[in-house]
Amino acid sequence: MTISRRNFFSSLGTSAVYLAVLSSLPSIAWAKWNIKAFTAPNLDAAIKVNYGDLPIVDSLMVKLKAPSIAENGAVVPITVESKLANTKSISLFVPDNPTPLVAKFNFSENSVAKVKTRIRMGKTSEVIALVEANGKLHRAGKAVKVTIGGCGG
Amino acid sequence: MKIRVKAKEKNGLVDAKLLIKHPMETGRRKDKDGNLIPAKHLTTITIDYKGETVFDAHMGTGVSKDPYLSVSFKGVKGESFEISAADNTGESAKKTVEIK
Repeated sequence: MTISRRNFFSSLGTSAVYLAVLSSLPSIAWAKWNIKAFTAPNLDAAIKVNYGDLPIVDSLMVKLKAPSIAENGAVVPITVESKLANTKSISLFVPDNPTPLVAKFNFSENSVAKVKTRIRMGKTSEVIALVEANGKLHRAGKAVKVTIGGCGG
Repeated sequence: MKIRVKAKEKNGLVDAKLLIKHPMETGRRKDKDGNLIPAKHLTTITIDYKGETVFDAHMGTGVSKDPYLSVSFKGVKGESFEISAADNTGESAKKTVEIK
């Protein structure tokens, strides 16, 4: 039985769609550096540029370690870890810094969702970690008192 | 910029500690004549292992001078991985590291 032209082309189109989806599935999109995110002047803008309108929930599965008092705001040690499955990224924000987004760490299935780094804080502020996993942003925060600010100027 | 790395494998996980010498100028600091020192800071640090990116960090002026990063990924002693770093003025550096 011969296939009609209509059905033939329709099936071609469907398989093309499947092919396109398959080839884009396994690889992780390693994004380019986003200047808008890093120059956003307030927390809400910084989150929106990065994540759009993803829902934010507080999560005990996000572990954020930061000193309660930072003697030197120029060098504040931070450890952040996500115990959530399918963690795509962890972002760090300091809402009271001139540009709140500090860093964004992206993971593959072969890296561990835990990072240690050192950040700058202009003054006493909260440090917020947002973990993107399973279509949501999971949040943890810690207040850090800063005796000498570290943003310069 | 100079990249300094220590990478040790234990139980199939590579513990990598990176220090990248970089002034991370925020663009808000003034020199002794009162002129603003232009912003110069790292934008991305990428770790590639066996031809694939396993981790990357994007940053702005909020990361401390001489950025320090401690990260872990699946890997094997004796293999190598590559670290690339780039900053906002177009400067970049790469380093291949052997896992101990």
